[in-house]
Amino acid sequence: MSAATVPLKSDDGRIGLRAHARHTGALVRRNLLWIRQDPESMFDAVLMPIVFTLLFVYVFGGSIGQALGGGQEQYVQYVVPGLMAMMGMNIAMGVGTGFNEDFQKGVMDRFRSLPIGRSSVLLAKISVELLRMLVATTILLTVGVLIGFDITSWPGLFGAVGLAVVFGSSLMWIFLVLGVTMKNAQSVQAMGFLVLFPLQFGSSIFAPTQSMPGWLQTFTDYNPLSSLADAARGLMTGGPIAHDLFVTLGWSVVLTAVMAPIAIHKFRTKS
Amino acid sequence: MTRIDKETSGAKGAVTVRGLVKHYGETRALDGVDLDVREGTVMGVLGPNGAGKTTLVRCLSTLITPDSGHATVAGYDVVRQPRQLRRVIGLTGQYASVDEKLSGFENLYMIGRLLDLPRKEAKSRASGLLERFSLTEAAGRPAATYSGGMRRRLDLAASMIGSPAVLYLDEPTTGLDPHTRNEVWTEVKRMVGDGVTVLLTTQYMEEAEQLASELTVIDRGKVTAKGGIEELKAQVGGRTLRVRPADALQLRPLAMELDDLGITGLATTTVDSETGTLLVPILSDEQLTAVVGAITARGITIGSISTELPSLDEVFLSLTGHKTGAAQDAAPAPAYEEVAV
Repeated sequence: MSAATVPLKSDDGRIGLRAHARHTGALVRRNLLWIRQDPESMFDAVLMPIVFTLLFVYVFGGSIGQALGGGQEQYVQYVVPGLMAMMGMNIAMGVGTGFNEDFQKGVMDRFRSLPIGRSSVLLAKISVELLRMLVATTILLTVGVLIGFDITSWPGLFGAVGLAVVFGSSLMWIFLVLGVTMKNAQSVQAMGFLVLFPLQFGSSIFAPTQSMPGWLQTFTDYNPLSSLADAARGLMTGGPIAHDLFVTLGWSVVLTAVMAPIAIHKFRTKS
Repeated sequence: MTRIDKETSGAKGAVTVRGLVKHYGETRALDGVDLDVREGTVMGVLGPNGAGKTTLVRCLSTLITPDSGHATVAGYDVVRQPRQLRRVIGLTGQYASVDEKLSGFENLYMIGRLLDLPRKEAKSRASGLLERFSLTEAAGRPAATYSGGMRRRLDLAASMIGSPAVLYLDEPTTGLDPHTRNEVWTEVKRMVGDGVTVLLTTQYMEEAEQLASELTVIDRGKVTAKGGIEELKAQVGGRTLRVRPADALQLRPLAMELDDLGITGLATTTVDSETGTLLVPILSDEQLTAVVGAITARGITIGSISTELPSLDEVFLSLTGHKTGAAQDAAPAPAYEEVAV
């Protein structure tokens, strides 16, 4: 009970790397306990990959597969890596809404009045969402394999998953900024979908872009989700990789470099 | 700006605020607030909604940065040394700042870990505080299932994990029923007994009386009065005696007579014709006895009689000369006003 439990140091109060990791760990534990307390919060990560994979393959698979010069089997090969890119983005959005809800409650005030690095709150959130992303990806690939997805390269598989995780985490910073700045979780979600849908459908995730009008093709060519989907395809099912891989990594670096400082700043100065 | 006195600013639990200003757009939430809390004392900050109480606490706990002025807590500057300052403060917000999805134990354990306690110590500290705040039985349940009072107690326990030198209690009982309010008061008194310096904001005169030794009244971002509780109470006019004569016709003559006798408090006696009662300001027990004596001496049968503490509105009226926004109606507000959270 003595005041000595939190020693007063004459230092500048800076938080060391190890303390930072420990704080992040304590907050990761908090987010994991949430899942245990409320298993339904995992529904999106568990059910989304099943429902979307089955829907796309059985609804569009026949006709798009034909256009690809095959059938449904051809479309499975095409869409599963694409869905991986989509899934990452959807889960990244959850970071924003979850974070915004945290701000509505007083608990964020407590965190911000504790002697911890403020970025550890953000990092903990991102770590747990990355875990959810991995769960969703595993389920997606399992369902994919069950309905005929043929993985031609195992190292490629891990490479593709790694790439999706790297890109997904860079997207999370965008949604963290939205989560901190917007008034409530509903607006974060509405805003998120507004960004999400054009990016997801205006890409090579679900269908090849050759049949799209020229202006749209220009958009899809620059859309990082196209690069991610194409890189994942190349890695898992064979095909050209290098260009799309570098473009995706480039986007990840740029997004993180720009959005992470903004997110941390907004979080720090939020009143 | 006044220079901060080196002696007081160095004290381990003292709070010194000089000319603190915070704007929100056009609104001056804090308009040059000065405040001194001596180490080991409880300072009550009294004011209505929107007076700037919460803004003050948020500035002093580094959640927001003031636009101008100085403030030090335990010798640390709120703007220049926020990281050191966070090590010595505890905060219990207006809204219970606990994680509702976590159990009581997990809430306290998490905060212990965030305060760099080793695992084992964080565990024992959590259990110890749960027991102290009578939450041991509910320790494993999510905080969402707790009653309002339990949640506030958990919140208090959470702010005690780091054994803070200075504790901020921002309207700790707003929205609680009287019974639960008493529960929270008891806990706060025990914490004060441990020697922690407390800055308490409240809308309730009674709460300030129960817990604080000194009081600062703020209104629209400005300090309007400060001093010891007894001092201010004398200015406010103590209690209000509410008498209902059995015969309503005697109401007005009685009011005039009491005022003529000059035995009431600072303000004049008022008639509440709707309920048929007389409101008599009272400063002391002697005065109370004299008034009751005068009524019975006239041979008036008393239908009902009670005393009330002055409401915040009455405090305001007498300290600032104007009414709070919420109390433009002449009807005196009850001592307890339930405020929706």
